[in-house]
Parts: sequence; structure tokens; C-alpha cells
Amino acid sequence: MSTEAAHTDEAHATTGHYVRIAIVLTVLTILEVATYYVAIPFALLVPLLLVLAGTKFALVVAYYMHLRYDSKLFSGFFFFGFTIEILLLIALMVLFGIRSG
Amino acid sequence: MSDAAVAHEAQEEHPTSTGLNHRKILMWAFLGSECIFFGSLITTYLVYRGKSVVGPYPSEILNIPLTSISTFVLLMSSLAMVLALAGFERAASAGANEDRKRRELQKGRFWLLMTAVLGTGFLGFQAYEFIEFVHHGLGLTTNLFGTTFFVLTGFHGTHVGVGVLWLVSILVLSYFGKVKPLDVELGGLYWHFVDIVWIIIFTLIYLIPH
Repeated sequence: MSTEAAHTDEAHATTGHYVRIAIVLTVLTILEVATYYVAIPFALLVPLLLVLAGTKFALVVAYYMHLRYDSKLFSGFFFFGFTIEILLLIALMVLFGIRSG
Repeated sequence: MSDAAVAHEAQEEHPTSTGLNHRKILMWAFLGSECIFFGSLITTYLVYRGKSVVGPYPSEILNIPLTSISTFVLLMSSLAMVLALAGFERAASAGANEDRKRRELQKGRFWLLMTAVLGTGFLGFQAYEFIEFVHHGLGLTTNLFGTTFFVLTGFHGTHVGVGVLWLVSILVLSYFGKVKPLDVELGGLYWHFVDIVWIIIFTLIYLIPH
């Protein structure tokens, strides 16, 4: 990171900010684990868990990895790989789902 | 400052066509490729999910309370990592204020050490889990669950191990004055990446009922 960019990060994220994000991540993890012990219909449980995991993923990438404040080129590199993977996952799940009837 | 260090500094300050640091671009491109690597392993796990014809089955041996604690440990290591980077950045921007620079550097080193300790703790949990599974009769070739589980979590654990070694080397080098905030940031990006991969693995393997 350039010194200028580092200063920009400092302006946006402080130690308190990082700690607050850690608290949110902890609460989301507790909610995730709680779903294991509570009877929730499968059709509702899966989207709920994916939303919770997605929120944690987004918080870490945006704030701890600083993508929110950094160059869009970095986001491009990262999400290019991520998008390819999601497409691969959907394609193979559909393919194997059809194959196994 | 040695000639090599001066040359290194000049190289970092050299203007690039994008205006962005080349090492950082390389790291993000690497992380993009790692997305595909782990994504392929996760996809393989999902494709073969529930297709084991012999036990032990996931619902019989997965230890959710234990893995929840190890997940929390890895999450907290991400917090420690970002605090370490903040310490190194503040030390670098302290300028001529040597006292503040030393204080911030100490903080940075402390949090870097905490990150490595928490990462090692996570590996300890994983080693315990693997040993327990083997005692329950689940090996790499026992069934489809064993194969896909051990390959996916094994590769993730290897990445955590590499991350711990990387962070320890940064910590040691910082005592010789050879570490810049960018070095810490690159190690941190890698560390946060193994954390986000675990966020996905924890949900897909452990929490979604089999």
C-alpha cells in the first residue's frame, strides 16, 4: 500500500472500528452456531446460513482487507477469481444434480 | 542503510503504469487464483456430499462445539492481524518521534505474535479433530466424505501453517529493521484470505445439516 493509501485507511478505520467489526463477526458466528441447536426448516436454514456467512465474508474483505478503501483494480482481480468459482460451482452442481437424477 | 535496502526502497517508490504497487497487485491476483483453487475443492465436496455408501457419516462425527471455538479463534486472529498492521503503519508515520515509533512498533509486533499464536491454536484444534476422526475410523480413503473433507480442510490447514511461518518471519525480520508496512499488509491479506475461506467451509461442511 502506498503511504497515501495507508493514511486514507487510517482516516477511515481506527482500532475501535476494527474491534467493533470483530464484535459483529462474533455475534454473527454465535447466530450461525445457534441455528445448529434450533429446529429451523431446511428450506429456511440454508439461505439464512448463507446470508450470515456472506455478511461475515463481506465484512472481512471490505474492512480487514481494506477493499472498501483500496483501488477497484484489486477488487477486480479478487472478484474475477471469485466469480469464476461461483459459476463453476453452479455448473457442476447442476451437472451432477442432473446426472444423479 | 545498506545498498540492497536502498535499491529495494527505490524499487518500491518507482512509479508504475497503474499507480499501484506491483507487489500488492500480484498478491491480489494470487488471491483471485486461490479463490478458484479453494472453490474447486469446495465444489468437489458439495458435489459428493451425502454420496458416501459406507460410514462414518458427517452427522456422526462432526464436533460442532469444538469447531465453533476454533472458528472463533481464527476470527480473532484476523482482528489481531489488522491491529498489527495498524501498529506498523503508525510506526512508519511517526517520523522523527522515536519514542512513538518504538511504542507503535512494539504494539505491531505484539499483535503479529498474537496472530501467529492464534493461528497455531487453530492448527492444534484441527490436528485434534483429524486424530479424533481417524480414531472413529474415518481416513482419507474410507469414503467420499473422508476424501473430500480431508483434502479440503487439509489444504486449508496447510495454508494456515504457511501463514503462521510467514507472520513469524515478518516478526523476526522486524527486529532487524527490514520490515515495511507493505510487507505486513501483504502477509495480512493472505491471512485474512484463509480466514474468509474458513468462514465458507464452516458453514458448508459443519453447519448445513447432512
